[in-house]
Amino acid sequence: MSAPLSDPAAPAETRESASRERREKLWRFLSDWQAMVGLVLVVLFFASALFAPWLAPYDPNAMDIPARMSGPTWPHIAGTDQLGRDTFSRILHGGRVALYISAIGVSASLSIGLVLGMIAGYGPRWLDNLMLLMFDAVRSFPAVILALATVALTGPSLTVVLAIVILTTIPSYGRVARTATLALRHTEFILAERSLGASTPRILFQHIMPNVIGPLLILAAMEVPVVVSIEAGLSFLGIGVLPPQASWGTILNEGYLVIRDAPWMVIAGGIPLILTTLGFTFLGEALRDVFDPRMGRGR
Amino acid sequence: MFTYLLKRLGLAALVVMAVLLLLFSMLHMIPGNPAILALGTRASPEAIAEYSARMHLDKPVLTQFVYFLGNAVQGDLGQDVFSNRAVTSVIGERIGFSLALICTGMGWAVLLGVPLGCLAAVRPGSWLDRVTGVFSVGMIAVPSFLVSIWALLLFSLELRWLPAIGAGEPGDLADQLSHLVLPAFAIGLGWVGYLARMVRASMLEVMGEPYIRSARAFGLKPRRVVLGYALRVAILPTITLIGMGFGGLISSAVFAEIIFARPGVGKMIFDAVSDRNFPIVQGGVLVATGFYILVVLISDLLIAWLDPRVRSSL
Repeated sequence: MSAPLSDPAAPAETRESASRERREKLWRFLSDWQAMVGLVLVVLFFASALFAPWLAPYDPNAMDIPARMSGPTWPHIAGTDQLGRDTFSRILHGGRVALYISAIGVSASLSIGLVLGMIAGYGPRWLDNLMLLMFDAVRSFPAVILALATVALTGPSLTVVLAIVILTTIPSYGRVARTATLALRHTEFILAERSLGASTPRILFQHIMPNVIGPLLILAAMEVPVVVSIEAGLSFLGIGVLPPQASWGTILNEGYLVIRDAPWMVIAGGIPLILTTLGFTFLGEALRDVFDPRMGRGR
Repeated sequence: MFTYLLKRLGLAALVVMAVLLLLFSMLHMIPGNPAILALGTRASPEAIAEYSARMHLDKPVLTQFVYFLGNAVQGDLGQDVFSNRAVTSVIGERIGFSLALICTGMGWAVLLGVPLGCLAAVRPGSWLDRVTGVFSVGMIAVPSFLVSIWALLLFSLELRWLPAIGAGEPGDLADQLSHLVLPAFAIGLGWVGYLARMVRASMLEVMGEPYIRSARAFGLKPRRVVLGYALRVAILPTITLIGMGFGGLISSAVFAEIIFARPGVGKMIFDAVSDRNFPIVQGGVLVATGFYILVVLISDLLIAWLDPRVRSSL
């Protein structure tokens, strides 16, 4: 993660101790049961979402009215909904929506937060204050409230969910990037670059970014559950992913409507959500403990 | 302390302004005539003209913002599109239900989470510590709206212990309380875990300090050392966390109100979104956001009052 710091001209001794340290970190990570459970759950999430079309026993939108609202029995292991659609297949396909939203949402808000945070940390004082004010203002909206306000104006769609996810999570990345940049700003290697006449973008992207990105990647792992929950929550309210597309939120929404007659829908729809959240939380915390023990206290 | 107070209040005012600006520009970023959006495409031209004049939509954007700001400052948030009642009085009717829910939810989480964290920190590695550790991650991992749905399913539909929907008969306190139990349980559960972990981590840090060792060496009772000396310092980061976390709690409360059909502000905003009742949405969003900003402000001031080091940092 700190590759640009390892200078090829460094003495062989330092290089060797650095690689030993890396091996030790890897070993510590591999011997932590939380990290392993997290890793397995995360791999399961990716695999089930990517291969959903091949894994799902039924078409997620195929209706089978005679078999509607049948309980969790073979061949419908998680039961069927009010239209006779197979809940298990819908859950697998719903994972694709969660994966799509978290992949795009997390990478977009990480990149934007990184750039804004570096500018805030490296730029003049007034710009820093303005950025902090913006971060605070955005954070003053509880996510669901902001989503409701937006949907009132634009109508529900996947794009709105993405926009809300990106907007509400930018400040956390921005703040971390800003703090890390502030700490680097007056270090000798940055001053040296500056006196050699390097341009500001070059300093930011060539020298500061590689040193700031590590904590941000760990934060990203911890933010995935947040993003997945926002998507599921908004879809549950009917202001996110629209029916008939399957998402964990829409399954819970449809299940909530028939909760008295078909309780298995809200049970089955919730389990993948919990497993995903748990997996990324375990993984993120284990990564943080290994790479950046100091970060643990702040959050 | 006074300079800090002034600076912090100024910052809060700036954030409120930024929020108002954001809210206002959102209303104006959408393409199309807001009057048609509010009244529907089949509205008569007279109705649209009347609505535009009433909402000052026929004036320049900057003038509209000034109107909006002036009215908001005076406590006038416009009228309900359907009933024509003042938005503030509609919110006034419902805010009690939301406040009761949020305070109860946070209250039981603090009453359980803080002692759990303390006990875990006093005996690190004990079975209580390990159980608390695993349970708190588990509680944090379940999204609160899922806790609401599952609690509704288990406790009111299957076991029939508690009522499922509504806020209880007006005037009947016992009935109202029984309607409060499940939603408050649902929104507080994750916080029990959060608080236990947070208190544990900062307690462990504080318990290693030299002054705690001195207090022990002087022969003070362990109870006194933990509660009187360690917890007083360890609780500080927790107060900040509670303040910041209120945003999440408000979001959870919105879900709980919708799932348990509780007539609070969150349910009001949600219903108004489906009805395209913009003044209600706008007013509700403003009140919820303002409440959050106020809570963060109070927690920051509380910290500054308790911890002199913070005052110089702003």
